[in-house]
Amino acid sequence: MTRKHPRPEVSRRKFLAGVAVAGAASAVTPPAASAATTAGTASAPPRRPSALPPTMRVAVAETATPKELPRIGGVPGSDFMVDVIKTLDIKYLPSNPASSFRAIHESLINYGGNKMPEFLTCAHEESAVGMAHGYFKVAGKPLMTLCHGTVGLQHAAMAVYNAWCDRVPVIIVGGNDLDAAHRPPGVPTIHSAQDINALVRDFTKWDDTPVSLQHFAQSFVRAYKIAMTPPYGPVAISLDAGLQQEPMRNGEKLYIPRYVPTSPPQGDTGAVKEAARLLANAQNPVIVADRAARSENGVRLLVELAEILQAQVIDQGGRMNFPNTHYLRRPPTAVGNADVILGLELTDFWATVNAYIDNGEHGLGINTSRIKPETKLISINASELLTKANYQDFQRFQSVDVSMAADAEATLPALIEAVKAAIPADRKAAIEKRGEAARKAFAEAHERTKQAAALAWDASPVSTARLVMETWAQIKDLDWSLVASSGNVSNWPRRLWPMQKYYHWLGASGGYGVGYGAPASVGAALANRDLGRFSVSIQSDGDLMYAPGVLWTAARHKIPLLAVMHNNRGYHQEVMHVQRLSNFRNRVASLGGDMGPIGTSIENPDIEYHKLAESMGWWAKGPIKDPAQLAAVIKEAVAVVKSGQPALVNVWTQPR
Amino acid sequence: MRLVYEFGQAALAAGLLLGCLLGGAFAASAEKGKTAYIQHGCWQCHGIEAQGGVTGPKLAPDPIPIETFTAFVRTTNRAMPPYSEAILSNDDLADIHAYLQTIPKPADYKNIPLLNQ
Repeated sequence: MTRKHPRPEVSRRKFLAGVAVAGAASAVTPPAASAATTAGTASAPPRRPSALPPTMRVAVAETATPKELPRIGGVPGSDFMVDVIKTLDIKYLPSNPASSFRAIHESLINYGGNKMPEFLTCAHEESAVGMAHGYFKVAGKPLMTLCHGTVGLQHAAMAVYNAWCDRVPVIIVGGNDLDAAHRPPGVPTIHSAQDINALVRDFTKWDDTPVSLQHFAQSFVRAYKIAMTPPYGPVAISLDAGLQQEPMRNGEKLYIPRYVPTSPPQGDTGAVKEAARLLANAQNPVIVADRAARSENGVRLLVELAEILQAQVIDQGGRMNFPNTHYLRRPPTAVGNADVILGLELTDFWATVNAYIDNGEHGLGINTSRIKPETKLISINASELLTKANYQDFQRFQSVDVSMAADAEATLPALIEAVKAAIPADRKAAIEKRGEAARKAFAEAHERTKQAAALAWDASPVSTARLVMETWAQIKDLDWSLVASSGNVSNWPRRLWPMQKYYHWLGASGGYGVGYGAPASVGAALANRDLGRFSVSIQSDGDLMYAPGVLWTAARHKIPLLAVMHNNRGYHQEVMHVQRLSNFRNRVASLGGDMGPIGTSIENPDIEYHKLAESMGWWAKGPIKDPAQLAAVIKEAVAVVKSGQPALVNVWTQPR
Repeated sequence: MRLVYEFGQAALAAGLLLGCLLGGAFAASAEKGKTAYIQHGCWQCHGIEAQGGVTGPKLAPDPIPIETFTAFVRTTNRAMPPYSEAILSNDDLADIHAYLQTIPKPADYKNIPLLNQ
């Protein structure tokens, strides 16, 4: 990194640069001068070239392993960076260690005392970001991670994309050695990039490459502030290796900007009023929520709005928005009878009100409306403030009647008051009656759900309903949190477990990037540990195999988590995709000796996940194939987790 | 119009199949049907016990009549991909249906303690 001001201290970079420049100056013999002479300007002084081939001395100085360096005097710049980080109360720093951030690593553990943040050793950058993702969903506070140069950020990228799509803040600080003239040759140079943040720029809210310590202080606080302003999202800071390693200049006055949270964007008063008018006068209003609740207060507000209107609520599950025990809770099909739909932080409004059926017809599928043509649509969605061009997470375009680029939770108080004011006196009896019908429909739906769960109850492999309810029986008296449910267990937890608190369900990955479940579970369990809660995950097989090293991180840092495996021995989504295409093309799907089409099964040999977990310090048992054995094993596992250790139960399950 | 035509064709095929079954030319085997159910991938969306899930409805107990079953499997143009006779023979289809008929009714959920907590 080029400096604006010379430093009085002897730094590694200045030392090497000095050697190189001195060598070059002493060796200059201008070959370009001969060209000038042959052009007939014999009287002109010989031109000096701008560069010459390096002498042996220069080559050694530039390419060889540096000798033992003199101890750097003064305060390391990375110590100041730690001071900056500490002002933001970041509790943990999951990371895979690497040379490009060795200086700040050293400052964090020695100068910073390895507290706020505490370094958590990870085996993969994707695991580190995934942990930060899960942690935030419980704690409501972001973690930072350190990523090594090009390769570290490339490893992290898919998890960053998940966080982006799931509107979760993660602070990614990437080590990078920018100074091409002086950075170590070989691997460190391969791991450096000119604009390293470009790797993740399309799916981060903001990024920067500070060139001075003061710049770092501003950038880090700014990054935190941007990440934590709804709509939340990941941010990236590229941290030059030289900037970390060099000492602060004598007498340099540095300051740390104060962090003041930005209030979330609230819906325009006029738009809120119009939305309230439509809802208050609707015959059958339906509220659809995806990531509407950012906190327990968001759940409370949504319940209040629904009850005032006696409106049915569809919770799409991006977060726990609405208790599934509430009589106004409805399945997605409820949009069909709506005359007004209020969509709150929907990932995909189009697919909420339209159906797409993949029927293989020229690859186009069938598109049909799920709603009546006259249905009015209202959207409150902060993601409209975050739309970028390249990645298509903004989904298909859906026209709506009232559109607010605003945060749903922040807008709900105003909307509630506006709705109260807008309900005509003569509508109150009709609204009350709507509630009575909803209670009846809810009770009937619950009966049907339980009867559906009874199907294949004693089957082997174990039915997903049985898996989920055997787990529930062992945790129901604890202060539990379902931190992830990877794969697909037919949504049984959200259909059968009574979910009333915000932390009872944390939502899915966001980007549908497989491999989220395991690290996000560990990160969420870390936050729950500090809050005294019991963490449970439904862990699928394919998800775990992307980066199973996070199991070791959980054991190493004593993160209690009960992982009950949904081991259906396949990439089941892909099993069905290949089967579909085979049928559409009128060909028998080739199985190659497996259950599913070639390339989609995870069997032959079967993976012994319990042994994998055990090898990394977990208590583990399995494979359980007989449902009658589940209760005793899960009970034992729960006791282990309550003692502070992670435990895994490997269960062979039905596909979905 | 095309859908109607296709359904007509399938109904004809189903009728012929049913005719064969009633005429005793073919005796459906539940045992073979269980194997065919797995080999042809029915389990993928409907579960190994045909119990259904978010990816497909339950097929058993009480499967729909074979003629309706056959017509649907041959002509579906919705979420389920169709199975032509070239990839799933009428005999295999009849065996699968015979297997589905053998799947017993589940216990009433009211008699399952875990579903009554």
